[in-house]
Amino acid sequence: MTRLFTSSFSHLILFIGIFIMIVPVWLIFASSTHSSLSINTQGLQVYLGDRFVENYIRVLLYKGGFFKEITALKMFFNSFIMATGVAILSVVTSLMAAYALVYYRIKYATLLFWIIFITILVPLELRIFPTYSVMAKLNLVNSYFGLIVPISASAVATLFFRQFYKTVPDELLESAKLDGANTWRFFIDFLVPLSKTMIVAMLIFMFVFGYNQYLWPLLVTSQEQYWTVVMGLKMMSGSIVHRFAFVMMSMIPPILIIVILQRHFIKGVFQDK
Amino acid sequence: MKKVQFKSSYSQYLFLAPQLGILLIFLYWPIIQTFKDAFTMQDAFGISVQFAGFDNFLFIFDDPAYKIAFKFTIIYSFVITLITGAIGLLLAVQANNIMHGKSTYKTLLIWPYAIAPAVVGVMANYFFSERFGLLYHLFNDLWGFNWYENVFDAYIYVIIAGSWKQISANFIFFLAGLQAIQKSVIEASMIDCKSSFRRFWSITFPLLMPTTFFLIIINITYAFFDTFGIIDTTTIGSPSGETRTLVYKAYMDGFRGLDLGSAGAQSIMMMLIVLVITIFQFRYIEGKIHYN
Repeated sequence: MTRLFTSSFSHLILFIGIFIMIVPVWLIFASSTHSSLSINTQGLQVYLGDRFVENYIRVLLYKGGFFKEITALKMFFNSFIMATGVAILSVVTSLMAAYALVYYRIKYATLLFWIIFITILVPLELRIFPTYSVMAKLNLVNSYFGLIVPISASAVATLFFRQFYKTVPDELLESAKLDGANTWRFFIDFLVPLSKTMIVAMLIFMFVFGYNQYLWPLLVTSQEQYWTVVMGLKMMSGSIVHRFAFVMMSMIPPILIIVILQRHFIKGVFQDK
Repeated sequence: MKKVQFKSSYSQYLFLAPQLGILLIFLYWPIIQTFKDAFTMQDAFGISVQFAGFDNFLFIFDDPAYKIAFKFTIIYSFVITLITGAIGLLLAVQANNIMHGKSTYKTLLIWPYAIAPAVVGVMANYFFSERFGLLYHLFNDLWGFNWYENVFDAYIYVIIAGSWKQISANFIFFLAGLQAIQKSVIEASMIDCKSSFRRFWSITFPLLMPTTFFLIIINITYAFFDTFGIIDTTTIGSPSGETRTLVYKAYMDGFRGLDLGSAGAQSIMMMLIVLVITIFQFRYIEGKIHYN
């Protein structure tokens, strides 16, 4: 009896939690399927309207921005390029750097370690204008390269890979050496496949991190053709239901990735078996 | 360090080069530039630059707006850490209690983590607008809520907007922490202590300390840096600068005011704050918590 009571109490608390998470999103979604007139006269809507297709197609294909040059569809394309670029670049460079730190006896290893890891303490927000002026000097403003590379300058994944490599038994390298594997072969054929879970988790993490960037794209793109979704939210004009629809669509890609791949994500981050 | 390692004169540097190169060009170069900015002064047209010593720092200490932003950042990170930590822990304990459907609850609570702060801010806007904002009108009926004019109400607005998504992250980490506690420890404690409430605070919670301190750092970092997108899409500092975080103020001074010297000095102040928090974590906290 007490057990039944405790577990219904748990379910109740969890339901309240889920309610708080879902209700705001649902209200905006339901409202995005109505006309602006009904929002302006009756406020946010609880039930679905009949303008879903009309509103969403219009948002995707409408040319917005100050110079009417960019559609939401193009912004999704840009966000996708940026997020994928950030994920791949940061994960590949981190995998390699962590490998050198763990599997080599390096001169000044401690110094190198600090040069890499102290950067975790200096997020982009703290060096945003100087980073912009560096990008301007290198002529990289308004380019995908400019969107991607400064965001990839992160040692977070390196830290995770380093921790993981340290748990790999020494026997693996010994037997690989007996098989005649050189350093590249050992890295590509043994270590990378072994780190698969961790690699997937870091790819997801960095993809969402890249997709969700707001301040940096706002600063580094003055040409509308490079606008991304998250920054576009601030720049796009339009009637209220179209803005609702844009907000709804903007959150779909990262949510889908986290929900579909959550098992891999959690497994990698917490190193569950 | 591995006992078995590769010995080579150059190949380790090939592995290090891509990341080190990116960090040097896109991180260290800007950081050096930040220090240069902080210790120099530019005229309004950017033509002449002269060494200014600590003038930029003295100026921000005298600036009342800096004190206001400092106060708000401290309050904001403290309240967000407390609220999201408490709710995240409560939900994680309940999810860990139940037998069936654990993973369904996990899925239903994990997704807000993925939403960008700026998107959360735009959404919060719709609930706090004077025109049709449900929460605006609810709070307005209760105590005359008006964030456009009242500092306390503006705090409530940005705290709700800032906490909503961060509950997810706290939930995920606390649940993982709870699941990592060995069953035998809990079973043994069930024999010694009947009250589940006391059992939680005297056995489970101390075992969760590593997770708790990790999350405190995560939440403070979130409140310091990631909330930029939330502030910029909700109050924009309303009523008159009281809801600007330090990061937001530095950005505004650099961007709107073109005062790179002040922005640089403010960045360095924040680096020092982050450094102090990190040292505090390593020195003070790491030694005092129990690991299982």
